[in-house]
Amino acid sequence: MNANIESIKKEFNTNVLEVSTLHNETYLTVKKELIVKMCDYIYHHLDLPVVCIFATDERKIDGSFKIHYVFSEARDDSFIILRISIDEKNPKYPSITNKIASANWYEREIQDMFGLIPQGHPDPRRLMNFEDWPAGVHPLRKDFDIKTKPPRVDGEYIYRRVEGEGVYEIPVGPVHAGVIEPGHFRFSVAGEPIINLEIRHFYTHKGVEKLFENISIDKAVFLAERISGDNSVAHAVTFCQAMEKIAGLNIPPRANHIRTILLELERIYNHIADIAGIATDVAFSFGAAHANKLKEDVLQLNERVTGSRLLRGMNTIGGVRRDIGGSKDEILLSLSIIQRDFRKLMEHLSSTPSLMDRIETTGRLYNDIAKGLHVVGPVGRASGIDRDMRRDHPYAAYKEFNFKVIVSKAGDVHARTIVRADEVCESVGLIEQALWSLPEGDIRVKVDKIPDGYALGICEAPRGETIYWIRTSGNKIERCKVRDPSFCNWLSIEYAVLDNIVPDFPIINKSLSLSYSGNDM
Amino acid sequence: MTVEDEIEIMGQRLNDKIRNIFGRSLHIREVDAGSCNACEVEVNALSNPIYDIERFGLHIVASPRHADMLLVTGPVTRNMELALLKTYNATPSPKLVAAMGSCACNGGIFGDTYASCGGVDKIIPVDVYIPGCPPRPQAVIFGLMVALDKLEQKIRKKEV
Repeated sequence: MNANIESIKKEFNTNVLEVSTLHNETYLTVKKELIVKMCDYIYHHLDLPVVCIFATDERKIDGSFKIHYVFSEARDDSFIILRISIDEKNPKYPSITNKIASANWYEREIQDMFGLIPQGHPDPRRLMNFEDWPAGVHPLRKDFDIKTKPPRVDGEYIYRRVEGEGVYEIPVGPVHAGVIEPGHFRFSVAGEPIINLEIRHFYTHKGVEKLFENISIDKAVFLAERISGDNSVAHAVTFCQAMEKIAGLNIPPRANHIRTILLELERIYNHIADIAGIATDVAFSFGAAHANKLKEDVLQLNERVTGSRLLRGMNTIGGVRRDIGGSKDEILLSLSIIQRDFRKLMEHLSSTPSLMDRIETTGRLYNDIAKGLHVVGPVGRASGIDRDMRRDHPYAAYKEFNFKVIVSKAGDVHARTIVRADEVCESVGLIEQALWSLPEGDIRVKVDKIPDGYALGICEAPRGETIYWIRTSGNKIERCKVRDPSFCNWLSIEYAVLDNIVPDFPIINKSLSLSYSGNDM
Repeated sequence: MTVEDEIEIMGQRLNDKIRNIFGRSLHIREVDAGSCNACEVEVNALSNPIYDIERFGLHIVASPRHADMLLVTGPVTRNMELALLKTYNATPSPKLVAAMGSCACNGGIFGDTYASCGGVDKIIPVDVYIPGCPPRPQAVIFGLMVALDKLEQKIRKKEV
């Protein structure tokens, strides 16, 4: 048992009702009245970030809802999970958002999906359910049938208003001018600089978490792959890892190596796509064309290796479905050409003053804000947050390989570009190591039935840490909480754009690389 | 045959059709009605230097008011239903609608639920279905050709 648990027990002794440890997850059942104090202690005193907050409907078992607060401890790869119980008849609990800003959306999500009210929340508006959704209907409650089509009701969404001389609003979306996903942005502007931005999302909410509870386990991997299309592998791997943890499976070393290769291929094409997007948005067409061609090279390599341009259909519970296609030498050769061209591209970009002028000092995300919102992935690392799941909570075959976690302090669009560029080179290095040391043997273990249980899965997607918490029962999924990195990162855009001019918004948005579908689910 | 050769052959056929029917070019507005963004990856790929569909007379435009065709992805979520309808109504007639990807065709893995309408044709009329998850760029180009054939037939019928 680690020192953190000891100090929590010491600090709160009798208020900790129950402690149970499973794998590297310690669950502490605590009194709901004390949750603010305890979260505050763990977050500020023990300095552990909240990586996920979610609810479960356990009314069938003991007549109550549960809320789980997941804290991550990187030093010994463990998790502390606080659990509170909420009675159906009094569906209220104290909000921790005033102490821990990153809890904001989680609590509003729980309010919409379960009807549990965070008391004292500074912004208790609806988040996922739109204004035309009837009151008192909560999709993730067990007594809500997935096929229900609640009628549309009248209602209005109230935006934050900025008033004053010369202040005007610019509404953008949900259907945008570019080929991107739907979402709404409302700018308050005085002259050119942005003085406030409010984002409104969840247009692509597809009821994924409810769907998980209504499909068979074999089908669930495919659903995980379709939560955020360009992060298919990361979602599939995280899902499979949680299931394998529940089933107590050790997957074959060859499968772990293959997963590592797939995860890094995904990172490479995503990072190159982001750099291409930044070049497009500053109207540097030559750079954009070059980067898009490189991305296509990676997509075609993906197809040769897996049969799918987006690396889909490879992962399964217990390992991987197919071995990698193409010879080792051919993959290595393709990668070295891609890396050579990518280096040339980056040299070219960094020596183009018209591009650099647009991205340096633009869209600065300060470290304290990034930390407060728990911004993850390359965006967090570009703002000085030294966190990477591949190192902090290692999975697949990452423990065996050498790689650098790239961190920068500047926090502007330029820093995010450089962090991604350096990560591409690290990823190429990782794939080379994985291919050179690729062990012989099986690629999957057969799984007939998943036992009842629960576990966390975690993975560093191209956009940052992705988390699944799954509870199984009777070879079915009882609850599957999915936390995409974009759910953490979206709010950071409201801060990164402040005092920037509206024409720089697309570049800042691109540099944060946010998934709408992953966020909305 | 390499991807480049394949695209060259398909593209030329497409170009001929567009010249016949539209005179010069076909304007497409892409609408994401709740896709997982994989289809967007492939639509964006159509504009990269390998496929470069602009050279065959296909333009992806910024507004539905400039479009001859809507290329719709996603199962149409409850929250996007109204936006899709508005976009459709803003597109001048005669217009074509292509449903791209398995979700757009029939809801795909997301099906018909509280949050998903279960396919584009539940909301607006669809002329052509392009299956795949996501469809490869070649499949999208092929789908567009089928859509143009259909438009040609529609026009002929009216003339008769």
